Amino acid sequence: MPRRTDLKRILLIGSGPIVIGQAAEFDYSGTQAVKALKEEGYTVVLVNSTPATIMTDPELADRTYIEPVTPDWVRRVIERERPDALLPTMGGQTALNVAMALARDGTLEQFGVELIGANARAIQMAEDRAEFAAAMRRIGLAIPAGRTVASLAAALEAVAEVGYPAVIRPSFTLGGTGGGVAFNRAEFEEAVERALDLSPVHTTLIERSVLGWKEFELEVMRDRRDNVVIVCSIENLDPMGVHTGDSITVAPAMTLTDRDYQRMRDAAIAIIREIGVEAGGCNIQFAVNPADGLMLVIEMNPRVSRSSALASKATGFPIARIGTKLAVGYTLDELPNDITKTTPASFEPVLDYVVVKAPRFAFEKFPTADFRLTTQMKSVGEAMAIGRTFKEAFQKGLRALEAGRAGWVVGATLADDRLTSDAPEDLRVALRTPTPERIFQIKRALEAGLSVDAIAQASAIDPWFLYQMEDLIAAERWFAGLDAVGAPELRRMKRLGFSDEQLGSLRGITEEELRALRWRLDVHPAYKTVDTCAGEFPSSTPYLYSSYDEENESEPVGERGVVILGSGPNRIGQGVEFDYCCVRGGLAFRDLGYKTIMINSNPETVSTDFDISDKLYFEPLTLEDVLEIVRLERPRGVVVQLGGQTPLRLTKPLEAAGVPILGTSPDAIDIAEDRGRFEVLVRRLGVNQPANGTARSVDEAVKVAERIGYPVLIRPSYVLGGRAMEIVYDHGSLRDFFQRAARVAPEHPVLIDSFLEDAFEGDVDAISDGRRCVVGGVMQHIENAGVHSGDSACVLPPYLIGDRQVEEMRRYTKAFAEALGVVGLLNVQYAIKGGVVYVLEVNPRASRTVPFVSKATGVPLAKLAAAVMVGRTLDELGLPDELPLPGVAVKEAVFPFTKLPGVDTLLGPEMRSTGEVMGFADSFGMAFAKAQIAAEGELPLAGTIFVTVNDSDKPTVLPIVRRFHEMGFRILATEGTQKYLRARGIPAERVAKVHEGRPNAIDLIVSGEVHLLINTPLGKFTQADDYAIRRTALVHRVPYTTTMSAASAASDAIIALRSRTGSVRSLQEWHESTAPEKPLPPGGKAPTASREPRAVQA
Amino acid sequence: MLLEDGAWFSGTAPFPFEPVYAEVVFTTNLSGYQEVFTDPSYLGQLVVMTAPMIGNYGINPEDVESDRPRVAGVVVRELALKPSSWRATGGLAEWLAGANVPIVTDVDTRQLTRHIRSRGAMRGVAALGVEPTAAVRAALAASPSMNGLDLATAATIGQEYVQGSADAHYHVVAYDYGMKRNILRLFAQNDCRVTVVPAETPAERVRELEPDGIFLSNGPGDPAAVTYAVRAIRDLADGAIPIFGICLGHQLLGLALGGETVKLPYGHRGGNHPVRDLATGQVLITSQNHGFAVRGDPGGVPGATALEVTHLNLNDGTVEGVRHREYPIFAVQYHPEASPGPHDAQGHFRQFLQALDTQ
Repeated sequence: MPRRTDLKRILLIGSGPIVIGQAAEFDYSGTQAVKALKEEGYTVVLVNSTPATIMTDPELADRTYIEPVTPDWVRRVIERERPDALLPTMGGQTALNVAMALARDGTLEQFGVELIGANARAIQMAEDRAEFAAAMRRIGLAIPAGRTVASLAAALEAVAEVGYPAVIRPSFTLGGTGGGVAFNRAEFEEAVERALDLSPVHTTLIERSVLGWKEFELEVMRDRRDNVVIVCSIENLDPMGVHTGDSITVAPAMTLTDRDYQRMRDAAIAIIREIGVEAGGCNIQFAVNPADGLMLVIEMNPRVSRSSALASKATGFPIARIGTKLAVGYTLDELPNDITKTTPASFEPVLDYVVVKAPRFAFEKFPTADFRLTTQMKSVGEAMAIGRTFKEAFQKGLRALEAGRAGWVVGATLADDRLTSDAPEDLRVALRTPTPERIFQIKRALEAGLSVDAIAQASAIDPWFLYQMEDLIAAERWFAGLDAVGAPELRRMKRLGFSDEQLGSLRGITEEELRALRWRLDVHPAYKTVDTCAGEFPSSTPYLYSSYDEENESEPVGERGVVILGSGPNRIGQGVEFDYCCVRGGLAFRDLGYKTIMINSNPETVSTDFDISDKLYFEPLTLEDVLEIVRLERPRGVVVQLGGQTPLRLTKPLEAAGVPILGTSPDAIDIAEDRGRFEVLVRRLGVNQPANGTARSVDEAVKVAERIGYPVLIRPSYVLGGRAMEIVYDHGSLRDFFQRAARVAPEHPVLIDSFLEDAFEGDVDAISDGRRCVVGGVMQHIENAGVHSGDSACVLPPYLIGDRQVEEMRRYTKAFAEALGVVGLLNVQYAIKGGVVYVLEVNPRASRTVPFVSKATGVPLAKLAAAVMVGRTLDELGLPDELPLPGVAVKEAVFPFTKLPGVDTLLGPEMRSTGEVMGFADSFGMAFAKAQIAAEGELPLAGTIFVTVNDSDKPTVLPIVRRFHEMGFRILATEGTQKYLRARGIPAERVAKVHEGRPNAIDLIVSGEVHLLINTPLGKFTQADDYAIRRTALVHRVPYTTTMSAASAASDAIIALRSRTGSVRSLQEWHESTAPEKPLPPGGKAPTASREPRAVQA
Repeated sequence: MLLEDGAWFSGTAPFPFEPVYAEVVFTTNLSGYQEVFTDPSYLGQLVVMTAPMIGNYGINPEDVESDRPRVAGVVVRELALKPSSWRATGGLAEWLAGANVPIVTDVDTRQLTRHIRSRGAMRGVAALGVEPTAAVRAALAASPSMNGLDLATAATIGQEYVQGSADAHYHVVAYDYGMKRNILRLFAQNDCRVTVVPAETPAERVRELEPDGIFLSNGPGDPAAVTYAVRAIRDLADGAIPIFGICLGHQLLGLALGGETVKLPYGHRGGNHPVRDLATGQVLITSQNHGFAVRGDPGGVPGATALEVTHLNLNDGTVEGVRHREYPIFAVQYHPEASPGPHDAQGHFRQFLQALDTQ
C-alpha cells in the first residue's frame, strides 16, 4: 500500500522541554518524523516548546510553532493550520496526552483531524491499566496482580490483596513520575498520595511487586497489513524494581534461550495486535521469574520511547522514521532497510556485537535527594557503547559516561562508591539497595571475595553478568602480575574493553605512557560496521564502532574530513542544545563539501542518527577513543567548540598530540579558561571584573574573602560530592562550606569572586570569523545574579538593562572576540550593577543559548560557525551587523524537582534545570506567559496570591503586589510582609507561618486556596519553613516564584493573559518579513570536488 | 580456520581436537545455538555463529533437534564458560567436547562472515597450530565439496518407527532426511501419529502404511544427489495423498516434479528472513537454514509446470514455497517448525492438516 494521498497537511507534536524521563530521544524521533513526512511530500506543521532541539529548526518543518505543548495551545495551532492528520506518537507521553485530550474534548473531530500512527482507542487501551489488564487476559497473557484505584482507602484495600512490597504506578505520567515501591504502610500511604496527585486523572495502579525478576523489553513494529517485526530485544542488567531508564541495559538479550525468547516474541506480537496499534511501533516490557521462567507483561507504550531510540541506535533500524512512514500508509516490505539499501525493512535486525547503555545521574547537584533507584526514573542522560562482547561494551559504556571512571573502576574512596565500609557483610547489605554506585560496589564485593552467588542473591542481578565481571577482575589480576607487557597481552586486555587509563594504572604507569607503549606495539582498534544484518548483506552506511578485533572496515576520509566531537551523555548543564549545535554545524560542513565524521556516545540524540553525518562513530568521547579515530581518519581538523565542555576539555591534549583544531585556537580557549591569563586580558581590554582571588587553603580563602568583601561566590576545583558552587555571606559559612563540600589543597585551589548582589545578568552570543564579530543576541536574565545562567529565565532583547549597558556588552564582546582571535562561536556573561558592566566569563564555544538565539533571530549561528571555521568570512556569508529580532523571546528553565523528593526548589549558583522552553510573542508579558505555560507553570488569571518575602525584598515586592491587588487578586501574607503591605495600603490578610500553628501557609496551599506563591528566603531560622512551603507548592502544582524579578515578570504575564488571548505564530512567519536579502546558507561557493549529495530515498 | 581460497583466521581452542574438514557457513540466529548445533541439516558443516556471545544460557535437555550435536564444528567470537539459566543443566563447551565437536573461539567471526558472504560458502578446516601446515592444506584441497554430496543418507534413521498414539486423528508418514525433532513435536501437538521412515524408503512401503498424508523433512546436503528420494516422491505425488515438504523436502519435491535446484552463494541461515506469501501479500519472518534453492520466480518453476510459486524471499527473490496446481501438495523452503527462530510460519502445519481433512 503506497502512501496516503488523502492527507496533505500533518501536525506533529513534540515532547516539550527536556525533563527526566523525556529527553533528547524525542528530538531524535521528532526530527526523523519531520524528515520522513517531508520526503513524502506532506506539509508538516510542528508544535514544540523547546528551542534547544533540531526538530524546531525552521529549516526542517514547513510550519514550526514554538508554543506550549498543551491542549489549549495546540488547539490554537489546529484552528489556524487545519491539518488533515495528527501524528501523536513521536513526542513521548506529553504528545500522547495532548492528543488524547484533543480527541476527548472533540477538537479533532470538530476540525476533521485524524489521529494516525495510533488511534485513540489503542492509546486508551495501552494506557489505562484496567483496560490493558483485560486485553492481556483476552490473549492469555499474565500481568502482575493489582488494580487501579482513585483513593487512599481503595489503595489500602488493594495492597491488602497484593501485599508488600507493592508497586505504585500513577496513571498517565511520564518516566514513571510519582511511582515507587513501598515496603510498609507508612511508605505506601505517602507514595499513594503523591501518585494520586501527580496523575493527571488522579488514579494509580497498586501492583504486586516483581522486584528482582529479570526485566526485558521488546521493540515491535506493525503495519496496516498486519505485518509485525521485532526490532530489538533489550535485557536489563538491573532487575525489576529499577526503572529501565535508570538501569544498565544490554542489547540483544543475553540470557534467554531461543524457546523463551520466542515465547516473548509471540506475546509481543499478540499484544500489538490486541491493543490495535495499526501502523507504528511500540515498546513492551516483560518480567521473567529467574527461578522458573514465568513471564509477566509489565507495560506497553504505543509510541516511540527512550528505548526505541536506543533500539534504533543499537540496531541501525530507524524506528521513528519507519514508524512515520507506516503511519502514512506504507507497509514494511515497501520500505527499504536504510542501512543495506538493498533489502526491505520487513525483517528483524540481527546484531554481531553487544550494546550496553549506562544511565548518567546528577545526584551531585541534589545532595539531599533520595539516591535510591526505584520505578521512578532519576537519571538525566545516558551513554551507549558498542563492543564485540559484553565485557568490551560494558567497560566502554562506563567510560563513555564521563563521570570520572575510566571503565569499571572503583572510586578513590569508599564514599565515592556510596559506602562506609568494605567489609563483606556491609557490602552485601549495600548491594541490596540499587543506587548509581551499585555497579562499582559489585566490583569491590568481588574483589573482597564475595561469591557470585552471594552477590546475585543480594542484588538480584543475573549471575551471567556477574560471571562476566568476574572475568574482568581475573584479567586485571593477570595483567597487573605480568613481568612484561607485549602486544598479545595488550591486545587481550583491550579486547576486554579496558581503557589505556585503566591498564596504565594496573601497571603503575600513566595513561599517556601506556598509550605510547601500545602505539609502539602497533595495537590499535579495528572499526566495525553496524549493518542490521550481522554481515549477511553488503552495507554502504558507515555507522561504526571500535573493537580490538582483526578486520577494520572503516575507509579513512582524509583531508576532506571534518571530525565533530559531540557532547556525550546528557547531563545538567550540557544537554540537547549542544547536540543541536553539533548537528547544525555538521550539516553545514556537509553543504560546504566536507565529509563529516561525528563522534558521540549518546543514543538519545539526533547527532547519532547515521543519517546526519557522512560517518558516525558511536564511541566514548575520551581522549583515547578520539585519538584513535583521528589517527585513522587523518581529517582536515577536529571541531571542539560545538559540543559543550566535553569536547572543549579535550582541546589541549588533542593539540598536544598534533591534532588540528578547527576554529578558535586552543591557546585562545586556554586564555578564556585560565583564570590568570584571563585576568590579564580583561585588564588589557579595560573591562570591569568582579573582585576575585584564588585560595589554596581555608585560611587563605578567608583572607581573600575579607579583601574583596562578602558576599562571595566560591568555586572549588575539587568537589566532595556536594555543590560545586556556593554564595557565602560570612566567615562562618565560608569555613562550613569547606568542611561540608569542598577539599582545598595546593593542587586543588578554590576560586573566590565578589558576588554582586541584586545585579542583573546579561548573556551575549556572538559569532566571529577572526576579523569581524557579529553579536547574535544580548539576553537579559530575569532572575538576579546568583542564579545560574542555565536556571534563570532570560529575555531577548533585554527589557530592564539600559541601552548604554547593552551597547557596552556588545562592544566588550567584540573586543574579546578580536583579542582572542575567535573563529566560530563565543558566549560572554556579564553582570550589571549600578550601571556598571562587569564581565563574569568568556566562553569561546557554542553556548546553551545558541539555539534559542538562532530561533529568535532566524539566523542559524551554529551553521554559520561551521562555515567560518573552514575559512568563510562573515561578509561572504552576508551576515549584517544587526540581526533581525521580530518579537520578544523568553527562555524559561525547567526543573526536575517533582522527580526528586527531598530537594529544595530555591534557585542558586549551581545549575539544576534539565531543560528549557521558549515563549515568542510581540510583548514581554505574553512571551513570558507562554514560557511559563510551556514550562508547566500555569499562571492564574484570578484568585489568591500568597506573599512571604524577606525584609530587603519588601520594597521591591510592593509595586508587584499592588498590581495583583489592582487586578482583583486576594492577597495573603505572613506577619511581617502583611504588616508592611497593610501600612502601604494593600489589604493583605495574615496567614500563620508553619511554626505558628494551624491553619498555616502549608494548609492553605494543600487545600488549593493559593494560586500563586511569591517567596524569597527569610533567613536562617525560617529556612525549614520556607523549604516546606516551596516543596508543598511544587507538589500541589501551585505556581511559585522565588525572586522578585520573576514575580514582576509573572505579573506582566498575567496582565497580558487577562487582556487578550495569546495567538500562535510559526517561526517561518516570524522571520518571513525580516529575513536578510542574501541567502545565509554558505551555498554557491562550495567546493565541488568531493561533494556527494546524499541519496534521499523515495 | 583455513578456507579453501587460502584465507585463514586465528582463534583459540578451549579443548584439543583433530582437524575437521567441512563446508564453512554462517548463521545469524541471535539465540538458539543448541538447536542449531543439533539440527541434522548442519551435518558436514563448520558453523560460524555471527552472534558474538555463545553459551550464555548453557545447554538443556529440551532444546535439542536430534539426539546429539550434528555440526562438524563451531566457530564463535566469545564462548561463555559459565552459563546462567533456570533451564541450564550444563555448559556448552563440555557438551560439545563430550560429543567431539571442535569449537574455535576468539575468532573475528564478522571478518570470516564477510569473507564467506563476498566469496561464497566454501570448504574449510579447523585445526590446531600457529598457522596452517602443508599437510592440512593438502587435505583440505582433497576434501569433498558440498556440491553433489548426498548427506541425507548419512543423516537419516536406520529404521522406521512410530511416534504418537494409535488413536490419533491423523496418520502421517514422515520421510526423515535429517528431520528436526520439533517437527515431530508439532505433529504430536496436532493430534497426529507419525510413522517416521528412512530416506531410502520406497514409495510402495509408504503406500502400504496407508497414511493420511506424507511429510518430507528437512535435511543436509545437495538435493540433486539424493536421487532415490526424488524418484520416490515423483511416484507418490499423484494426488492420492497430500504431501507437505520443508527445506530439503521442498527441494526434493521441486526436483521430483521436474524443477531444478541451484546452490546459493552463501545460503540462508538465520531467524530473520522475510518471506512474502504471494497469495495474501503478508510477510512472514522465517527461520532458515539452506544452501540450495529451487530455481524459479513468481512466474513458476522452470521444468515443473505443475508447480506454482507461493512464497518468495524478500531479500534476494529466491523461491521460498511451491504448491501443486491441482493436488494437495505443497512445500516451503524455510522452517515453519522454527526452533530456533520465529513462529510466524507455524500455520503451514495447520494448512497441511486441513488438506488431510478435505482429502
